[in-house]
Amino acid sequence: MSSLAQEKLLDLARSLYRQFQEGIVPHIALPSRTKNNIEYSSEEEVWVYGDQETTRSVKTVRGARTLLKTVHLADLLIKEHLQNNRGSTLREIYYISENWELAKFHEQAESDRLIEDLEIVTGLQREEYHIRPEEDGAAIFGPLRIKEKTRRGAREMHCQEDVGEAGYQIPFNVESIEFKEHDAKMVIAIETGGMYARLIENGFDREFDAILVHLKGQPARSTRRLIRRLNAELSIPVVVFTDGDPWSYRIFASIAYGAIKSAHLSEHLVTPSAKFLGVQPSDIVDYNLSTDKLTDQDLHALKSELTDPRFNTPYWEKQIKFQIDLKRKAEQQAFAGKGLDYVTRTYLPKRLQELGII
Amino acid sequence: MEIAEELAKQQKAISVAEFFEKNRQILGFDSAPRALITCVKEAVDNALDACEEASILPDIFVQIKRTGDLYQVVVEDNGPGIVPDEIPRVFAKLLYGSRFHTLRQSRGQQGIGISAAVLYSQLTSGKPVKIISKIGPGQPARLCEVMINTAKNEPEVLKEETVDWDRPRGTRVEMEMEGSYVRSRRQSVYGSLKSVAIVNPHARITLVEPDGATEVFERATESLPKKAQAIQPHPEGIELGELIKLLRYTERKKLKVFLKETFSSIGTITAQEICKLSLLDPERPPQGLGHEEAKRLLSAFKKIKVKSPPVDCLSPIGEELIKAGLQKEYKLDFMATATRPVSVYSGNPFQIEVGLGYGGDLEKEGRVEIQRFANRVPLVYQQGACAITHAVESVPWKNYSLAQAGGGGVPLGPAVLLVHVASTNIPFTSESKDAIADLPEILEEIELGLKEVGRRLRRYLARQGALSDRREKEEIIRKILPRMARKLSDILGIEEPDIGPVVAKIMGNLLVRQESCQQDGLISVRIELENHSDLKRAFKLHEVLSVEAVAVSPPARVVPMGDAYDYHWKITLGPGERTSLDYRLLPDATFSGPVVEGLDPDIVTGARVI
Repeated sequence: MSSLAQEKLLDLARSLYRQFQEGIVPHIALPSRTKNNIEYSSEEEVWVYGDQETTRSVKTVRGARTLLKTVHLADLLIKEHLQNNRGSTLREIYYISENWELAKFHEQAESDRLIEDLEIVTGLQREEYHIRPEEDGAAIFGPLRIKEKTRRGAREMHCQEDVGEAGYQIPFNVESIEFKEHDAKMVIAIETGGMYARLIENGFDREFDAILVHLKGQPARSTRRLIRRLNAELSIPVVVFTDGDPWSYRIFASIAYGAIKSAHLSEHLVTPSAKFLGVQPSDIVDYNLSTDKLTDQDLHALKSELTDPRFNTPYWEKQIKFQIDLKRKAEQQAFAGKGLDYVTRTYLPKRLQELGII
Repeated sequence: MEIAEELAKQQKAISVAEFFEKNRQILGFDSAPRALITCVKEAVDNALDACEEASILPDIFVQIKRTGDLYQVVVEDNGPGIVPDEIPRVFAKLLYGSRFHTLRQSRGQQGIGISAAVLYSQLTSGKPVKIISKIGPGQPARLCEVMINTAKNEPEVLKEETVDWDRPRGTRVEMEMEGSYVRSRRQSVYGSLKSVAIVNPHARITLVEPDGATEVFERATESLPKKAQAIQPHPEGIELGELIKLLRYTERKKLKVFLKETFSSIGTITAQEICKLSLLDPERPPQGLGHEEAKRLLSAFKKIKVKSPPVDCLSPIGEELIKAGLQKEYKLDFMATATRPVSVYSGNPFQIEVGLGYGGDLEKEGRVEIQRFANRVPLVYQQGACAITHAVESVPWKNYSLAQAGGGGVPLGPAVLLVHVASTNIPFTSESKDAIADLPEILEEIELGLKEVGRRLRRYLARQGALSDRREKEEIIRKILPRMARKLSDILGIEEPDIGPVVAKIMGNLLVRQESCQQDGLISVRIELENHSDLKRAFKLHEVLSVEAVAVSPPARVVPMGDAYDYHWKITLGPGERTSLDYRLLPDATFSGPVVEGLDPDIVTGARVI
């Protein structure tokens, strides 16, 4: 594994070296990472980057600096990470650059982005370079037995019986998990901790044989990877339950269609068959939910989604336009206004029926 | 008694002086520091107006003194003076003035300013105001002590006498008042006089501060600004009520003569045309026109393109003096000015002048400083409420190379903007004359002026950009590429790559490379030349050898010099062209390395240049 990652980085260094020698201004080509350059791959059923490319070359000071940083980063990954079998977090890498002088990163967003670039150029995920995200922390709860290879040996556990009330914490590298057995009929991915806890408290997982996944807002890669594996390897259908606002639709999109920032990893992270459970804009009216007014940013986000190719389906167009007219949004917890059992007794069973899950 | 009758007993007229006594903030006396500034400003405005009307180069003396708890303000000018009978009314009656009824650019308009200062002074000190005025060298000087009877808005003279005064002519005002003297940046007596000096470079202003410090704002020019002429109202934008009033009270007997004589920019032919368009007999007496007919006349004004009002009613500062004024206060790298043609709002001609200063000592970040002027008077307060500020905010400055937070608002960067609005009647938002009202005509003209200086700034910065381009590239060459080469060799564990060819390409230089190897017992030398620039390069290439070379191709000219030989080739390379030179030497020979003659060293990579 490591030797492949190392070979990829050496290839990159060799190609820059060769360009110097041949008198070609050193450069690398990258797919452009914007909304306009993602397209649907019918083969993988996910959204991936299109053909638009940007070239990063040393002709400009900015390009030259970025390439110098890329070379420094490759050096770090080869010599510190891969050869010594060590790892760092995204933030640690930002701090490590402190003494790279000219090649120092100005903010973490810059190093994060460069790491993504490196993934794209080499076709490998950052985990293979032993780079970890800061926190994972997202959790699952449900009728599933797994075995996790940890640094201190293998651990086997059942995600209902062997875990506390918070569930099993998803590790940053999901590849270390092996699924043993399960009784699940569905995976429900939930945006907020409040709703996740509500479903556990109401025993929804037991009653409906559901694996509950707490997304913790915009889900981390590991969470999305785990959902994908549950769906692809165990053939469990996935539904996504979020707030009813434009930002939450993007959470769903990142699970079902892929995120614009990580479209190069769509085939690993995306669950194309995932369905949006709610809160749908039409639910706001149908269930007479308590609402908040859409802010200007909300409206702007909704309008931007209308031009986002991922939302270019009759369903989303209808729902988004409806919400723009309605000018209101609702949170998942709004169901509490109808009693604490309403969501698990009435809303979820009805929606799951509509989606053909039960 | 009925309630209405009871109420009627309490109704009575309010004197304007009483009204302002209770609403002093309207006139700009709302705080102690501000009251002092306003008093000085009103007195100085009057002095400047008077001097200009009499074609005298203003020499104004301002002194602020502490007198116990109060401040004494003295303002003295070398103007034409005021005839003795007029002194009480000029200083102690509100809405008394010479300029309200004429259309001409002047600082004061309504005759409120100085009397309001007198009112404030008597309210806070309880003392009368002392005035000395002299109208000519042979004349005696008159001293007057006056107060305002606020119930009647009439002057009360407490003392009147003839005195000796050493000035040949002029006027001196002494007022005592509550106040507070600050010397902060702009909103202070000092700051406001400094701004006055920028737009009145023909005036000398001397300020003596309470601590005795004296500051002279010296003249930047000896020539007086062009005198503004009084004019008739312009037909464009005149309102119906005003037109009906003019029609009713005119002394003209015929409509066509009325049109020609009452309005500026209407000649005989235009008058005829207006009558025809409004279906009115040009021979009719104007007094007899009815409401409907006046309306038709008004709509004819709008249809006919009347020429712009005459410019001589306005007295702009002029681009030269704006530049001189800016330079006086700031150290700048670049300046641009724009003068818009005269335009009209509601029958009032106005003209916009804009100045922009950039770079130098100005603060690199933060908002651009805006200097606002109306008829040569600096506007210090209420910047946020002013049409000038609003026009500045609505210009998309990013198009003109200045940053703007969130795509709107006052731009950011090392710049100062000066905007002068000159008009026969400046539409202020209030009587304190702090801010100009948002009239669409005025906003548009200011924007156009700002965009004009903006375009020039953009051009200037683009030129600077081309220079910094080369500097940028040098950073790549000097710092970044060598490090990158070193790091790559670190990673791969092989020798550092030669960055010369890439350097030449990036810089658009002539690249010279020399290689040599042993072959058949001789040193075989090759010099490769590549022109990476966009221009044709003609030069000589020298190589100094210790022995004669063989197999020289193409042939070179050889000049023996003592114990060595100077080989040189004449070479011309078009953009992108390359060539190579070959020769062979005996193994123990030495060679100097290629030397280029006839090119700038900056554009050659890989060889020495002579």
